[in-house]
Amino acid sequence: MSQPIRVLLAKVGLDGHDRGVKVVARTLRDAGMDVIYSGLHRTPEEVVTAAIQEDVDVLGVSLLSGVQLTVFPKIFKLLGDQGADDLIVIAGGVMPDEDVAAIKEMGVREVLLQDTPPDEIVATLKRLVEERGER
Amino acid sequence: MSRVPSLDLVERVAAGTVPAIGRLISRAEAASPEARPALARIYARAGRAHVVGLTGVPGSGKSTMVASLTAHLRKAGQKVGIVAIDPSSPYSGGAILGDRIRMADHVLDTGVYIRSMATRGSMGGMARAALDAVDILDVAGFDTIIIETVGVGQDEVEIAKASHTTIVVSAPGLGDEIQAIKAGILEIADIHVVSKCDRSDANRTLTDLKSMLTLGALTTRRQDWQIPVLGISAYKGEGFEALIAKIEAHRRVFFETETGVRRRLAVARFRLEKTAENLLIQRFQAASAERAGPLAERLSLRESDPYTLAATLLEETLGPGASP
Repeated sequence: MSQPIRVLLAKVGLDGHDRGVKVVARTLRDAGMDVIYSGLHRTPEEVVTAAIQEDVDVLGVSLLSGVQLTVFPKIFKLLGDQGADDLIVIAGGVMPDEDVAAIKEMGVREVLLQDTPPDEIVATLKRLVEERGER
Repeated sequence: MSRVPSLDLVERVAAGTVPAIGRLISRAEAASPEARPALARIYARAGRAHVVGLTGVPGSGKSTMVASLTAHLRKAGQKVGIVAIDPSSPYSGGAILGDRIRMADHVLDTGVYIRSMATRGSMGGMARAALDAVDILDVAGFDTIIIETVGVGQDEVEIAKASHTTIVVSAPGLGDEIQAIKAGILEIADIHVVSKCDRSDANRTLTDLKSMLTLGALTTRRQDWQIPVLGISAYKGEGFEALIAKIEAHRRVFFETETGVRRRLAVARFRLEKTAENLLIQRFQAASAERAGPLAERLSLRESDPYTLAATLLEETLGPGASP
């Protein structure tokens, strides 16, 4: 019996805009996934702890406040400390192209910006989990 | 963490390693045969923790109450595990698990472990997975484990029943006393809690519940335990000392009295039956998928009747004699 993909969607920092992430949550749920939403104003520590306790396949961080270059190094450091090497990290929201390149360099697998169609978000997550394989 | 054999995770779970706990719960949830020997070892080592089931209608304040209760248990030096169950969509099978939001204060506390689960259309699967998760948290050293379910379906109610101590949460303003009877979850409570007692209409709910309990013969049959009705306010932080005292008193009844022996047997039986039910349904669903199509076609053409065709399907998938 194949298990639904588990996803933690997180808002980090002072960013108070969560309409987008809620739309994504609903989209993923309708695609049959289990979606855990962190709520607003979380720290990288809180997000990583939740991702590991919940043992999610995918951690999606939504950012509209421009703090990606501060947040992702912390997230990857914490994940490394915990040995969570098989967690797929993706980003969503609005950010400059050069930042997209920079966070992908850090280990973010995909960056889904604000104009990504819902079907593509679903397809991307399914592909990433399939590529990772059993765990 | 990748592809670590489940048996190797057991020792890490016992050492309280968070990623190992998370992964073993996932494998238990997936009912992977690879995890079975590991879960057998877990079961053999569990049985120390106090399992508290908490249920109530949507909006009754369960998650908020769990968060406050956890804070009080932590102050008393206990480690707290939480299994929060939310409904899956019956259409897509997906779920939005939102209970963590109200437990945000505890995320960084290493003495608290929160795991969200979806009901997944039930069929015994949720009960099996939730109780496996409880055992894993038990072995990992959590003293009190709270299972939170939405009290709207049979299985959710039964999960609460499978705990050592069952708390039913009611809130003021969600309906009169007749609603309380209809809800059908009154009977399973060891402790009744009325939440949001900072509201002026809470006294009415407290009174309604108390009079319902007096009317019901169910309460009088219990020798070792009088079902209390307690008011709390998470907003004002009131009522939790009394609640914790009652939970502890009921824990002693469960672990130390004759009533407790019977209750433990009932819990074991529930678990045995749910696990068997789930395994049977999994086997049936896997085997019946292909065979059901042609039979359904015959049924829709009215070539035969539902009972005859169901008997055929059962015999074809589960073997001769499977149909009653």
